Amino acid sequence: MALYRDQAVVIRTQKLGEADRIVTLISREHGRIRAVAKGVRRTKSKFGARLEPASYVDLQLYTGKTFDVVTQVESLENFGDAISHDYQKWTIASAILEAAERFTSNEGEPALQQFLLLTGGLKALAHESHDPSLILDAYLLRSLSIAGYAPSMTICSRCEAPGPHKYFSLVGGGSVCVNCKPSASATPSVETLQLMSDLLTGNWDDADISELKHRREASGLVAAYLQWHLEKGLRSLPMVERASS
Amino acid sequence: MYEGIIQDLIDELGRLPGIGPKSAQRIAFHIVQSERVDVNRLVEVLRLVKEKVKFCSQCFNVAEEEECKICRDPRRDPAVICVVEESKDVVAIERTREFRGKYHVLGGAISPIDGIGPDQLKIRELLTRLSDDRITEIIIATDPNLEGEATATYLARTLKPLGIKISRLASGLPVGGDLEYADEVTLGRAFEGRRALDL
Ligand SMILES: [Zn+2]
Ligand SMILES: [Zn+2]
Repeated sequence: MALYRDQAVVIRTQKLGEADRIVTLISREHGRIRAVAKGVRRTKSKFGARLEPASYVDLQLYTGKTFDVVTQVESLENFGDAISHDYQKWTIASAILEAAERFTSNEGEPALQQFLLLTGGLKALAHESHDPSLILDAYLLRSLSIAGYAPSMTICSRCEAPGPHKYFSLVGGGSVCVNCKPSASATPSVETLQLMSDLLTGNWDDADISELKHRREASGLVAAYLQWHLEKGLRSLPMVERASS
Repeated sequence: MYEGIIQDLIDELGRLPGIGPKSAQRIAFHIVQSERVDVNRLVEVLRLVKEKVKFCSQCFNVAEEEECKICRDPRRDPAVICVVEESKDVVAIERTREFRGKYHVLGGAISPIDGIGPDQLKIRELLTRLSDDRITEIIIATDPNLEGEATATYLARTLKPLGIKISRLASGLPVGGDLEYADEVTLGRAFEGRRALDL
């Protein structure tokens, strides 16, 4: 029975038996972990609310046969309050957590970059550093990028001709020039592609002042691009509340 | 892996909520070793429950008739509705004897990651019920955990334009737990100290 300690974000929890939960975590050093938190649903549990989705915790576990078992938890930052008292943020946090789970495909395989992106994304969302909907799209684009699927936003993804180009193709890997474009290509506005590029690179000064119509178009492209690369789309993405003003 | 029917049984049991692989195996072998009459009684109850038990047409609590016992009881106050996630929460609140109004059972909490949004719950039905102008207060008693809080947030935002008094169970409830595990005293106190929600 090996004890280990790590920092992690809780992705989701499932009820197990009378009062336990299975907790899915993404950790700094051990990648995705599924662990049992015993007695956590009892009102006098020592874990309290520290193992709820979006909790950022320091925890100790021991390696079990089927699941690891949580023995101690300390809260590092509580994103839950900010997120659960704002419905839009709740839907966005859900999509971020689900994406993080999907982009760490194997349990136990270290995923430091996804972990750092996840804590950064939740922090930005809880503190509302930027428009919540933009935070989600930036998060999804960067997750895709870490997974090796970054869409090209300026140069043609096929012949590398310098852009900006008029066409955007899911199959083609993003921006494509007129010569390379596959038959089913979208023609988003130049500003939309610029916004996506800003979100990917973290140019928030420009992203923050982008127009709503370009944000909407970018969200649509990001969702379609994500769907293309993940076998199944995210269940939470259609439930996300997008900006209205 | 076992062979044939016994593995089928383990698989079926493992699909039940809260039953892990080990428990499924334990229950399966218990059934194999049980007397035939005991197993037949279980089978009969399972059959009856599917045949007879439905959801109340008003509040979606479990019922053996068109409406549940609480909705049919003329002594219950029609002005106050307590919104809960599941029927077992109705049982927990009834134990406190603090509440004399009626209920509305949502059928869960909003959890986008599990594919559960407002449309998957009985929220539209709640709004329809609220066209009855005898109703003056809604008490939101979703679980004191993140999904429960987010559901309360959504309900408060949706119900606010209707001009009905909305309150949430007091925060004396331990967070992170299930409502059904709160003891009667704590849960009763939470009713007394419910706070108005304004969002
Ligand atoms: Zn080209
Ligand atoms: Zn009823």
